[in-house]
Formats: sequence, C-alpha cells, structure tokens
Amino acid sequence: MSISLFDISKNFGAFSALNHINLEVPEGELVALLGPSGCGKTTLLRIIAGLEHTDKGRVVINGQDKTDQNVSHRGIGFVFQHYALFRHMTVFENVAFGLRVKPRSIRPSNELITKKVHALLELVQLDWLHNRYPDQLSGGQRQRIALARALAVEPSVLLLDEPFGALDASVRKDLRQWLRNLHHELNVTSIFVTHDQEEAMEVASQVVVLNHGRIEQQGTPSQIYDHPANAFVSRFIGQTNVFDLDEHDADWLQTAGLLTPKQGEKIAHVRPHDIIIEKSIDNATPLATLKDWQHLGALIRIELVKNNLNGLSDASVFAELPNDKFKELDLARGDKVNLKIRQAHWFH
Amino acid sequence: MSQSSVMPGFRPTIGFTLIYLGLVVLIPLSTLVFKSFALTLDDYVHIITNKRVLSSFRVSFSSALIAASIASVFGFITAWVLVRYSFLGKNIFHALIDLPFALPTAVAGIVLATIFQPSGFLGKLLLDTFGIQVAFKPMGIVVALIFISIPFVVRTVEPVLLEFEASMEEAGASLGATRLQVFTKIIFPNIFPALLTGFALAFARGVGEYGSVIFIAGNIPYISEIVPLLIVTKLEQFDIEGATAIALTMLVISFLLLLLINLLQLWVRKRSGQL
Repeated sequence: MSISLFDISKNFGAFSALNHINLEVPEGELVALLGPSGCGKTTLLRIIAGLEHTDKGRVVINGQDKTDQNVSHRGIGFVFQHYALFRHMTVFENVAFGLRVKPRSIRPSNELITKKVHALLELVQLDWLHNRYPDQLSGGQRQRIALARALAVEPSVLLLDEPFGALDASVRKDLRQWLRNLHHELNVTSIFVTHDQEEAMEVASQVVVLNHGRIEQQGTPSQIYDHPANAFVSRFIGQTNVFDLDEHDADWLQTAGLLTPKQGEKIAHVRPHDIIIEKSIDNATPLATLKDWQHLGALIRIELVKNNLNGLSDASVFAELPNDKFKELDLARGDKVNLKIRQAHWFH
Repeated sequence: MSQSSVMPGFRPTIGFTLIYLGLVVLIPLSTLVFKSFALTLDDYVHIITNKRVLSSFRVSFSSALIAASIASVFGFITAWVLVRYSFLGKNIFHALIDLPFALPTAVAGIVLATIFQPSGFLGKLLLDTFGIQVAFKPMGIVVALIFISIPFVVRTVEPVLLEFEASMEEAGASLGATRLQVFTKIIFPNIFPALLTGFALAFARGVGEYGSVIFIAGNIPYISEIVPLLIVTKLEQFDIEGATAIALTMLVISFLLLLLINLLQLWVRKRSGQL
C-alpha cells in the first residue's frame, strides 16, 4: 500500500519537530528515514502510525485519509526500538496477541491462530523458542519476535523505529540482510528509521534524508550518494573532504586537477575514493604529506596533510585506496605525494 | 557459600539479618509459643472453641479480607491517577495518601466514629437514604480498616506502574487492541504481582489493627468484637492463658495466610515469566 504525507507539521512547545513534510512512498518500497538525532524522523514515523497527532497536514495510506484514525484501526505494523514485547506472555502469545484481540466476528479460530503463529515464527526462524518469555531471549531474537508479532495482523504498511539500534554490530549486520530478504519475500510497504547512513544505504530501496524537521533529499541510495542535493546530505552520507574557496583552497584544488566551479559555488566536497595519490618524484610542488593510514579491510584510509601553496594550512585530507594499490605505491609516513582529484560536488 | 566470593558481604549481611530476625521477631514470638506450653491441649481447645472467641476470629479475618479487597481496588485507582495524570495539587494528594501511616490510629477511629455514627454527618445521610448503619456494626470495622490500609496498596503499586513501559501499551494498540483490552491483557497482568503484595500488606495490617477499630466497631460480643480486643479484655481480667491461646492461634493463621499469598504471588510471577 502506498503512503502519502501532505504538509505535515508538528511542534513540541516552542520546538518545531517537523516542518511542512510532503512525502510519497510508493507501494512495496523499503524506505529509510535517515537523519541525525533530533531531526524528527521518529516523530514522523509515529505520526504515520497514529501514535502521535500531527498539528497540521494529512496522512493518507492507500488512498484513504487516516489522519484522525486511532492507531488501533490503521492496520499498520509497528516495531519498537526496544521491542516492547509483552513481558508476561510467551513468545507464542506475543505473536498471537494481534489475532486474539480481534472482535469475535472476525477473529480466527484457535487452530487457525496456532497455525498462523507457528508459520510466522518459522518465517523469523524462531519457532523453537515459542514457549520462552521475552526476558529469556537475546536482543536479536527479541527484534525478530517483535517483527513476527507486527506481521501477524497482516498490516498494510510496516513501520520500524531504529530496528537495529540496540543490537551489537555483528547481529546488526546479519539482521539487515535478513530484513532486506524478508521484504523481498513479503513485499509489504515498509518504512524504517535510522541514524546510521550505512544501514540506510544497505537496506533501503529509497532513502529520505531529514534534518531539522525538513526533508533534505529523497531518492535511491545511488542517487543520494552520487548526486547529493546539498552540502548537508553530502556530508551526512559517507565520508567527504570539504574545501572552501574562500579559505585559499582555490589554487591547491586547481593544481590537483579540479575544474573551477560554476558561478557562485564556493564549497567543494570530495569523496575519499575520488582522490588519486601519486608518489611525488620531482618534489617541485608536492600537494600533500602522508601522515598516517588505517586498514579498513579491502580499503586503506590515508590521512594526508595538505601542503598549502602559501605554506599556511595543516588541514587533513582523507583518501581511500584499494589495498593492493596502496602496496604498489610503497609509501612511508612523511612522504611527499601529489594528488589528482577526479570529481567533486560543488555547493554554495 | 561460594556465592560470597562473587557478591562480597554475604556473611556480615546474613549475620545481621539473622540477628535482627532473632531479636526483633523470633524471640518475642517464641515467648508466646513457650507461654502457651503452660496450657494443656484440652484447655487450649476449650478456650479456642468458645463461641465468643470463634465469632471474634470470624469478624477479624472476614473484615480484614473485605477491607483489603476494597482497598486494593481503590488503591490501584489512586496509584493510577497519581502516576498517569498530572494535575494541580498532586503533591498535596501525595501527602494526604501517607497521612494514615502517621496519624495515631485512635484518632482515625474517633474521627470515623464521629462522622459515621447515626447522628453524624455521613452516618445520618447513609441511614436516611439507604437505611444502612455503619458505625457500631461490622461494616464500621471494614471502613476503619480501609482507611488504614489504602496507603499500603498505593505505595506498592505506584513504583511498578511508574516503571511500566508505555511502549508496551502502544504496541498493544498498534496490534488492534481496544483501550480496555490493553488494560486487561497488558497493563493489569504486569501490575498484578505488586497489587497482590499490596493486598497482603493491607490484609496483615487489617488483621492486627486495634486502635482505630475499637472506637467505631461498637465491640458487641459475637457481632463486632475483633480478636485483638478480646486478647486485651482477657489480659485485663488476668486471664493470661486465654490471651496466649488466642494470640498463638492468631499468629498461626496469619502466618499461614501470608504464606499462601506469597506462594500465590510466586505462582503468578512464574506464570507470567517474571522469574
């Protein structure tokens, strides 16, 4: 089911959490609401769910205006950041809850509930835990049970609040992949909130970047990464080096092979992998000095100190090279190097 | 005692606990038991099966049970209001709830008797409109015990309600549950063990209460005479044996009832995965 938000605004006292948000989520997408903490992403998710009232604007799910509808009638599945499993019920009863509270006339029979719950528990690969209580499960298991519970009522949309936020790194990695696959299998329109850009890029088919209660950009992960709409998105998504023409970086950038910008654009953002390092041979005008490097697995992150032509700046520039390329260069700390910048994003 | 290496301080703390239990609880109570050894079994049975004594046991335990049940309902609602809503004068509310803890119980009894007696403010109202007399009847005992025991329920339920995760309620609502279903299926089962504790405390307090009850009960033998009063009466008549026998019986019944409530609580918590 598609989700449309029209002109959503929300204030908490004097603090404006959301500002005229318009958002269109087509059916079957897996969308990430991405932004720094306090940007309003969780509030937006809770407004879609009906757990929070909007001050202004409309929430439309599958063509129906749901703005004034109570959360219990919206037909959404919500997965909470800290799972919010019912502590006094077994895993089985947790998942069965949504079915058991249906009005008698549309409530499935007990056998049907049993069958369905076991099917869901198998879907999340935890059927063997059906007799346990939430307190006896690990974080990753709880998260999957919370998901199975939300799916039991066959929601038209699935909303997840920081679904991996409270998990440790390795479990998080597995669950991301798992959620992506599950989404392919079920194809239910889903929105999840995250502050982790890597997670958003890895899991989502669409990313919505929020900041200060506004949408900065919406698009596929590659659109967001390759064509950031503004400086905030560019800095928030992935690593980036920032150069400012006003701070005498112009000559340095030109020497590094970067074309001069269009009229009025003064800030250049350069991704670390767009910087090519060459060993300086003639030593006439070396652009940078190698300070240090870190292994990131397949890549090496190299920290360089910019040698400004006027000899003033000591700002660091980060470049990334594949492992074997770096070995070929055979660099040591303190080596002078020349740089070539392949491309940059220019902003005002 | 291998635990002592993990969590230091086991020996001194268990020692302190045992000394406390011994000095303050066990020694006085065992004195009671030893005193009762002076009685033969026949004497004991004779004292206990006396009709007046049996009636007083019935009055004491039934009114404590009823009062604790009512106090549990009222106390739960009061705790709910205090935790869930913010309103003007909430702090005064808090202080008022603790007042029965501090007030000399005799004062409470006299005040209650004054307003609930047939010519009193509330007593007249009840008598005229419903034909119910509260003071100097068993119902008077129940009223006094409710007054005394509500704070026990409020103060045991309140922290648990405060700690209750609001997201559990939201989860219930998002799954389609109505407000009533959220309360009965999610909130109440999580609060129930604490409520049971509050009930047990209220009940125990009610069984032992003396000061407030004697002023409002009327103390009519066979009808509204409570066990503690009967014990005092026996002592005043220098009938030490009689008083001891009744006290011992009271002790055993109270202990068994509290044990039962504790077991029930254990069972509830186990069933709901809290253990």
